[in-house]
Amino acid sequence: MAKVKGDIIIDIEKCKGCELCIEACPQDSLERSRQVNNKGYLYIVKVLDNCTGCTNCALVCPEGGITVYRKTETGKKQIAKIDNVTQDMNIEVNE
Amino acid sequence: MNERALIDDEHYEHTLRAEHTEIIDRENIVYEKPGTLIDIDMHYCPGCGHGVVHRLIAEVIDEMEIQSEVIGVAPVGCSVLAYNYLNIDMSEAAHGRASAAATGIKRVMPEKYVFSYQGDGDLAAIGTGETIHTCNRGENILFLFINNGIYGMTGGQMAPTTLEGMKSTTSPFGRDVATMGAPLKITELIAQLPGTYYVTRQSVHTANNVRKAKKAIRKGFEYQKLNKGTCFIEIVSNCPSNWKMTPIESNHWLNDNMLPFYPLGDIKVPKNGGK
Repeated sequence: MAKVKGDIIIDIEKCKGCELCIEACPQDSLERSRQVNNKGYLYIVKVLDNCTGCTNCALVCPEGGITVYRKTETGKKQIAKIDNVTQDMNIEVNE
Repeated sequence: MNERALIDDEHYEHTLRAEHTEIIDRENIVYEKPGTLIDIDMHYCPGCGHGVVHRLIAEVIDEMEIQSEVIGVAPVGCSVLAYNYLNIDMSEAAHGRASAAATGIKRVMPEKYVFSYQGDGDLAAIGTGETIHTCNRGENILFLFINNGIYGMTGGQMAPTTLEGMKSTTSPFGRDVATMGAPLKITELIAQLPGTYYVTRQSVHTANNVRKAKKAIRKGFEYQKLNKGTCFIEIVSNCPSNWKMTPIESNHWLNDNMLPFYPLGDIKVPKNGGK
């Protein structure tokens, strides 16, 4: 199985500390900070290194302050590509 | 929470200074703030659903590449400053009259995508007449209706959509149906009108619902090119400040109380799938 590794960057000056991202994170890797930002809110930081890049935190963030990165490390070479599954399916097989 | 408290200060400081790995790279971005959303701080309270909806509109506009062809109409209410956050042409309308202003804009410029962004006090109380007649005429505009069951901007007064028994500053003992009337399901009401083409109710309180809401907004913009009628998208949202709750509590309250009365899902869909 391909190993998926993700990471996020939180814009702490935009953060208002609503903690919706903590609730949304399936990996529980977010935590409230102990310092305040310039607005006076306890911003959110990522404290555990188990992010999978699922984008749930960014989707629920009302401030749009989270950028999500994801990298899939595939062990095997890609041999086929399937796209446009919802309409006419298109399969390319690499020789 | 107890387990989280065990993270010691040293580890915590370390994570704050953690160096970015090779994952942080432009080519690995899977989600970032859409370009149409202007990069300034919003005035909304922490945890408010307006910010999410603004971002979804910006994402849909970016995906469809129609930034120069969209005209929005801002209402009176919490989202009165929506034009500060969306980098598109926007107009401001008098209280409740956003649908009337949007009608005029669409009739003068029928090739543009026109949407009105309204709250429940604006669309369902003071602008009920405009809303119903715009939908009855079947103007080709998109309504984005944010329903949080309360007047947010003016300090939490009772709105037509306030739930039965729900406390607000003008119904301090809870909404009494005998004297104040029952909550108004305006979305079901206008779905019966022949002019409407696509009517749906979504919410943005979990990540899954955000994905569904984005699909609905995209459909609403796409259907405008068909000239078949009004699209109406209600988004059930929260109001942590005036519900006197934390943002997480307000989302749980929304899930337990608002959604049973305002069930999510499509109310009126095009018969041929919008072709």
